[in-house]
Amino acid sequence: MIEGLWTTLKAFFSKPVTISYPEEKRPVRVRFKGRHTLKRYDNGLEKCIGCALCAAACPADAIFVEAAENTDAARYSPGERYASTYEINMLRCIFCGFCEDACPTEAIVLGDNYELSFVDRAASIYTKDLLLEPVAEGGQLTPQETPPGVFTRSVPAMQDPSD
Amino acid sequence: MAKMVTLSIDDQTVTVPAGTLVVDAAKKIGNDIPVFCYHPKMEPVGMCRMCLVEIGRPVMDRASGQPVLEPDGKPRIQFAPKLETACTTPVSEGMVVLTENQKVTAARKEVLEFLLTSHPLDCPICDKGGECPLQNLTLAHGPGESRFLFDEKMRQQKHVPLGELIFLDRERCIQCARCVRFQSDIAADPVLGFSQRGRSLEIMTHSEPGFDSIFSGNTTDICPVGALTTADFRFGARPWELKSAASLCNHCPVGCNLTYNVRREARSDGKSVIKRALPRQNEAVNEIWICDKARFVYHYTESPERLSTPLVRRNGELTPASWDEALEAAAQGLRSAGEKLVVLAGGRLSNEDLFNLHALAAARKGRAVLYSDMAGGDLTAQVGLAPGSNLADLGAGSVVLVAASDLHEEAPLWWLRIKQAAQRGARLITLGARPTRLEAFASLRLRADYGQQAQALASLLEPAGLEGDFREAAEALRSAENVVIFFGSDGVELAESEALARAAADLLVHTGHTARPNNGLVGVWPHGNTQGAWDMGFHPQAPAELAHSLAGAGGVLLAGADPAGDDPALAAALEQAGFVVVQELFLTESARRADVVLPAAAYTEREGTYTSGERRVQRFYPVTPPRANARPDFVIAAQLGTGLLTDVEGRAAALVMQRIAAQIPAYAAISYQRLAETQEQWPIIGRKDLYYGGTSYENTQGLGVSLPLPEMVSLPAPKAYAPAPVPAGALRLVRFSRLYDHGSLVRHSPLIGQRLAARAVWLHPSLLVQLGVQPGEEVEITAGDEILRLPAAADENLPLNAAGLPRSAGFPTPNVPWVVVRVPAPVPSGQANKE
Repeated sequence: MIEGLWTTLKAFFSKPVTISYPEEKRPVRVRFKGRHTLKRYDNGLEKCIGCALCAAACPADAIFVEAAENTDAARYSPGERYASTYEINMLRCIFCGFCEDACPTEAIVLGDNYELSFVDRAASIYTKDLLLEPVAEGGQLTPQETPPGVFTRSVPAMQDPSD
Repeated sequence: MAKMVTLSIDDQTVTVPAGTLVVDAAKKIGNDIPVFCYHPKMEPVGMCRMCLVEIGRPVMDRASGQPVLEPDGKPRIQFAPKLETACTTPVSEGMVVLTENQKVTAARKEVLEFLLTSHPLDCPICDKGGECPLQNLTLAHGPGESRFLFDEKMRQQKHVPLGELIFLDRERCIQCARCVRFQSDIAADPVLGFSQRGRSLEIMTHSEPGFDSIFSGNTTDICPVGALTTADFRFGARPWELKSAASLCNHCPVGCNLTYNVRREARSDGKSVIKRALPRQNEAVNEIWICDKARFVYHYTESPERLSTPLVRRNGELTPASWDEALEAAAQGLRSAGEKLVVLAGGRLSNEDLFNLHALAAARKGRAVLYSDMAGGDLTAQVGLAPGSNLADLGAGSVVLVAASDLHEEAPLWWLRIKQAAQRGARLITLGARPTRLEAFASLRLRADYGQQAQALASLLEPAGLEGDFREAAEALRSAENVVIFFGSDGVELAESEALARAAADLLVHTGHTARPNNGLVGVWPHGNTQGAWDMGFHPQAPAELAHSLAGAGGVLLAGADPAGDDPALAAALEQAGFVVVQELFLTESARRADVVLPAAAYTEREGTYTSGERRVQRFYPVTPPRANARPDFVIAAQLGTGLLTDVEGRAAALVMQRIAAQIPAYAAISYQRLAETQEQWPIIGRKDLYYGGTSYENTQGLGVSLPLPEMVSLPAPKAYAPAPVPAGALRLVRFSRLYDHGSLVRHSPLIGQRLAARAVWLHPSLLVQLGVQPGEEVEITAGDEILRLPAAADENLPLNAAGLPRSAGFPTPNVPWVVVRVPAPVPSGQANKE
């Protein structure tokens, strides 16, 4: 019994393993896959071009994309095509990261956010507004008015094809 | 039968007719030789070099003419020093083709490396991505990497609208010329071409408006890359996300087989919507082509203007009501209107709808009237095309006579196939009052005035008294092996149409061209299922007669017809009618005058069958779920029947077809199962064979069944026809059909909407000069009691004594034999002015 109490007493003075979440948070691992973010270029244009390859790659059929056409008067992303609807059903998502692998523009990235809770099923569907990251400093919100002939490429040109 | 040739392809022996190309011979045994520029429907050109194979031929002894044998007794094979293109090389006896050896594989890699030098590789945003021959063949045969310098890629224009319908991406083009060749060889609209040379070669259009061809959409199907895409489907969805449903086009009597691609869309509140229409292969009907109307016109099914609830007239106003209320009101109204029921139905309804509507009319001892200005459906049922006919079989020895029809506008696919028959050697004779596009391919062009076309056709019966082209035509009809006669409605009113059809039927009977495959009479009907309507017992009435029966009817049931929107006299008649029930998609002019309006389901929301002009019964399937509250026409008819205490089948379309089969002899052998049967077709088209035939769909859901002809032909007694005399100073009013008309279904398409026929009265240019009017200026037209003011347009093909008005002009046009056209007085009088 003394041995048992000794163990208890030892634990009493050791550093606790638990933390007081949510006031305190533990940093996630480097390769952690949390909630998705849709990235932007520095100028604020969305990286996502609405190609729906993420939706095709998704084993859980959690992603839904609809595309539309950019114009220079209302430009969302470089090139001709952008995602007019982008939805992820977080109840379906299994956080496998295949969407990230499939993305030709590195637009969708699984981030650190693991705090996903909903009170109803409809709230589990994250729309484009919720997924898009904020505009970096100096950038503009989309849609932007852009000069003609500048943003003609959907997929950024590879500098070195051997990459 | 052609001589057969035996050759071996990769150690597999195959026997094909002489003249077959190596690539086709290989396809027949499932050996896919990759191609880009070759298309089985077009002449080979050997431009892309993708189909290179190694070919060996037996060595012949010059002295004896016998093959030289190896010691083991096999013929000695001499392989060519270089690879040959399988698409331009016809097979020969004893040929040995190698398609998988190292030399061939290396060549394919190199050809693809070349094709990809300047390809943008923007597959993620390309509409072709996922169904792209270049993508698929690169994966299958291509090199992993390119030795070309990335920085030297050509950068070209990415978004070049060739017209409103088709976009070109110059970077993606691999210069296979499939589109150029399709337009010049198949569609005979050479509006595309190459400009520049070498690396600068580019596709351009040289028509105004751009890419002015009614077959333009087909080029996007056969484009092996994403260079040509439709404006309609632009970024609509990725191909793998689409579901497909087999359907038909119901806008003309050809009955082209379609496949609709459907997707649920957030943009449309989660509804399933049609994203595009693609051709479905049916070698006996539309091969693998469709016209742009079939491809782009479907938008009306999703129009927000569609009726969404039944309407009942209360206190003089149409007010929304529930189905039960509306059906009850309709049944009660029709019951109290007595037995004089007129059911007026249009030719866009399915056989099931028409059968049920006819049953309603019969139960009330009423009349079933077809809303059409063409007669002769009873004749085509007797001397129509016999089962086993295929316009593709017409060639040397056949005569095709096209009477009073501008097929290019009325039935584009028939135009295409008859033109091809003429190019294969069939003798094409046209008879008409004005030059049409088909005449360019005709060997004899018979000219008859408007009003005289039936008489002119009938005169061919007696070659003795004829001269010149008419005599030659009459003799050609007599001596021909096969004769097919098409009769249309170009400037033909109902009474003349009857005479015209009768003359054509007589010609066929007298020259013995009936009841054999590839012989018979075909009506170029105004709608997709007019033939079916005749078969179901509907008959048309002349405008004056129709106005009389509508005005005198106790109850009128309109389905798929808008008489009030077409003709002011019919609108007036409809207002006099007792109780009017309309089942429609839209709130048409007729529906506005109705007592009860019932929203009908579009044909894409239900199933049914259509009978084409060639008398082929074909089945269409539900594509999208019905709009809330719309019901199929046959169901509405059955539910009205319940109210009228008549037993009409409304549970399922297939059950209605069982009744049709039981009651209508020609349809005795038709069942939904039989209509869904398919058989193998050549060329092989389908999902796996994208690179070969294009993105047309394989036919897996039914080729349709040709209706048999009765054993005995008993033609009705001929009725004399004389055109109404035109007083001096007046012009004969000529009604003709336009492909892109202002029909209530056509004008909802945002794309076709831009090419609708102009709203005008068409006159010969010298008449305009006489009147002192410039094209585009308004003229005043007195037609019976009506006075219209319309812009005048010049058409040098019209005779001097005629004024042309298109049917379905988008506004009511009086249906009278003649009109007086004059320059309007400077100050318009206060008379009835339709503007």
